[in-house]
Amino acid sequence: MSDMQQYCTFVLDDFLVGVEVGRVQEIIRYQEMTPVPLAHRVVQGLINLRGQIVTALDLRRRLGLRERPAGRHPTNVVVRTTDGAVSFLVDEIGDVVEVDDGSFERPPETLGGIARQLIVGAHKLRDRLLLVLDADRAANLRVDGEEERSG
Amino acid sequence: MDASLDNSDIVKDFLIESYEGLDQVDRDLVALEDLPSDTELLNRIFRCVHTVKGTCGFLGFSKLEAVTHVGESLLSKLRDGVLVVTPGLASALLSLVDAIREMLGHIEADGSEGDGDYIALTTELNRFLAAAAPPNPQQAQSASPPSAAPDLPSVASTHAVGTPQAPARASTAVHDAAEAGADGKSGGVADTSIRVDVGLLDKLMTAVGELVLARNQILQYAAASSQGTAFLAATQRLNLLTTELQEGVMKTRMQPIGNIWSKLPRVVRDLSVACGKQMRLEMDGQETELDKTIIEAIKDPLTHIVRNAVDHGIEAPSERVERGKAAEGVLQLRAFHEGGQVNIEITDDGRGLDPERLKAKAVEKGFLGAEHAQRLSDREALNLIFAAGFSTAAKVTNISGRGAGMDVVRSNIERIGGTVDVQSVLGQGATVRIKIPLTLAIIPALVVSCSGARYAIPQVNLVELVRHEARDGGLGLERIHGAPVYRLRDNLLPLVFLRSALGADANEAEALNIVVLQADGHIFGLVVDQINDTTEIVVKPLSKHLQGIATFAGATIMGDGRVALILDTMGLAQNGHVIADSTDRAVREQACKVEEGASRQTLLICGSGDGRRVAIPLSSVARLEIFRRSLIEWTGENEVVQYRNQILPLLPLSRLVGLTANISDAESVPVVVYGDSGRAVGLKVDSILDIVEESVNLEHAIGREGVLGAAVVQAKVTDVLDIAGIVRRGAPWLEDNTDQREVA
Repeated sequence: MSDMQQYCTFVLDDFLVGVEVGRVQEIIRYQEMTPVPLAHRVVQGLINLRGQIVTALDLRRRLGLRERPAGRHPTNVVVRTTDGAVSFLVDEIGDVVEVDDGSFERPPETLGGIARQLIVGAHKLRDRLLLVLDADRAANLRVDGEEERSG
Repeated sequence: MDASLDNSDIVKDFLIESYEGLDQVDRDLVALEDLPSDTELLNRIFRCVHTVKGTCGFLGFSKLEAVTHVGESLLSKLRDGVLVVTPGLASALLSLVDAIREMLGHIEADGSEGDGDYIALTTELNRFLAAAAPPNPQQAQSASPPSAAPDLPSVASTHAVGTPQAPARASTAVHDAAEAGADGKSGGVADTSIRVDVGLLDKLMTAVGELVLARNQILQYAAASSQGTAFLAATQRLNLLTTELQEGVMKTRMQPIGNIWSKLPRVVRDLSVACGKQMRLEMDGQETELDKTIIEAIKDPLTHIVRNAVDHGIEAPSERVERGKAAEGVLQLRAFHEGGQVNIEITDDGRGLDPERLKAKAVEKGFLGAEHAQRLSDREALNLIFAAGFSTAAKVTNISGRGAGMDVVRSNIERIGGTVDVQSVLGQGATVRIKIPLTLAIIPALVVSCSGARYAIPQVNLVELVRHEARDGGLGLERIHGAPVYRLRDNLLPLVFLRSALGADANEAEALNIVVLQADGHIFGLVVDQINDTTEIVVKPLSKHLQGIATFAGATIMGDGRVALILDTMGLAQNGHVIADSTDRAVREQACKVEEGASRQTLLICGSGDGRRVAIPLSSVARLEIFRRSLIEWTGENEVVQYRNQILPLLPLSRLVGLTANISDAESVPVVVYGDSGRAVGLKVDSILDIVEESVNLEHAIGREGVLGAAVVQAKVTDVLDIAGIVRRGAPWLEDNTDQREVA
């Protein structure tokens, strides 16, 4: 089986992460959002997507990565998940890459904690690794690593 | 794949149609008992059962077909006058309807007809058929399709063996042909209406909501831009069309309340037969329309109230006669529109509720202190039946006559922004009155801010707004068991600070903005940073990630396109432990006091002219505002201020009522706004002191212009002002508008 897969890629901290292209509804630049007090710390706020209210999740926090430096505006990647449309906040958007199933491997050891549950595996690109995100699990906040359990 | 999809669509349509038809059959059968010879009713019942039979035969539901066939044969006998409707026959037909429903339910659930045993039913129906067949074979032959009568034995055996036989089908075809003609006459309704998926309507509603938003933005640009009149005219047109479209789409979601009432005659009949009572159900206002979601939501509460009325409210016939009433009890349902809401009244002429017994029971169960119960008005005592837990004990139900699960009824109705209330005259009956909003999609809300974010509060929960200024360097809040309370007109109002409810840091404020809210019969004050405005909002549900947070009921999109969260009054009260304290007497008394207030007058007390107190009937006040002195500008002789995109003229109240103005250079100027937008005027006062509810005894003949009279308010003599008169003299240009705003 050497099917070709297309991934929409984006940068999170030092990592290049991808979501299947078919899953991505749209990409919109950063916009002011309405914070939701009392919500899970990954929930960054609510945005108005042409009349649809979409929850924005900070993917850095979701994956247990370092906090995004202050003043750096993330980009919204709106993804269709089993829980409806969800916006993932990422550092910046990358290219759409086409990869061969043959380049796929289990998640690299550098990933720990919650990220191991949300990253399906990695494709070896020529110069770096593309981590494949399980969008449904990432959007479902009940999928939770031990150290992520803070309010 | 495609074929099965098509088939499932057909089955779905079949189910929808059949359910609708059966509801009508229920109603018609009950009506038929009173009018046994009404051929129109019989025809309608026959047609429905016939359609079900025809379609299920086509879809291969043989068991259902067999059962309906027997019913159909029986009905055709009735229609032809061979048989006469008797209560026993009506009951048999009703159980047939139940059997059909049961099988339809199975088909809906798993596609099978279920393993129910309907032999007893078919035997029963066949017994009625057999009774009809021998005496009058000629008539049966001449009036109904020739094959019907000889067919019957085969049908009976068909069911027993469980395999449909050819003759039964043949007769179906004959019936079909016969029915086609009859249907043709009454086919008019179907031609002018179509069936639309509710999901599609919801989508349309969302799109229109968005359009309204875009329209609002364009209107803002148009007002600010220097484009020509053609552009302005086009935006005006867009404005009108959008409003029209919005109203149209809203209407598509409306359904007559008769749709859910149609089930009630059956409920009443069955229940009254079971309880050995005689009942008549009268319905008025079936055509009153409500949003579909609301219709769904009130179905169960309504049925519950009706059952209660039949079960407990109406007395047994002998008891009724003893009391000099007609043996037949009357249950009336009334629905009508009033003030943007739908009112539903369920009235029975039964034994009514006894407030004294309810009070005694409440004391016995520890809901109320004895002395407090003593002070309850009859109306408050009656409404005890809605108290949570009050009704769970069977004893209470026996004594009070009703109440099982009435707390659930109330919470269901309040969840959709409605209210419920009961009134009763002992021995003469009771009326349960439900008020519900027309639609849930768009609701009026109050917008408040807290820690820099805006929140919407549905207005149905809103009681009043209070501003509490700090005095002597402190807010002077008292505490009961550590919980902050506010003295509102000598009653203690428990407070919830929105900041702490949202987990934000408390702020140092020199004044408290208190939004007085009502949740589940309890009143509490919500302290917010700022009270912004009222607006109509479109309620949107929260995503799964946020549904666990009880503090929020949903979200909405504001005029500027930003998202705002909608606060859940119930959730706030629960999280703020206001409801947990609900048996606290102070809270209950507060709830009582506010209710009483309706019959008294609410006065706004202002300081004006050298420390004098004046009172303005609150009914004539549009808003209270505080403007910064620096914002006040001049046109000619008049002071004006820019207010809501308009110029609001300001009048000094003290001068207009002949008092010396208090020369003040305070930074802020409190203003009482009178009149509506476009024709409003602001009355400058020195200070806004309080809002009080008082039964006012006016001493007339003060002889001063603009003063209705003097009254003792809060133990001080206070002038009550005639605002309409004052404005007429101070701002004659408002004349034509103020006429209908006379102060009572």
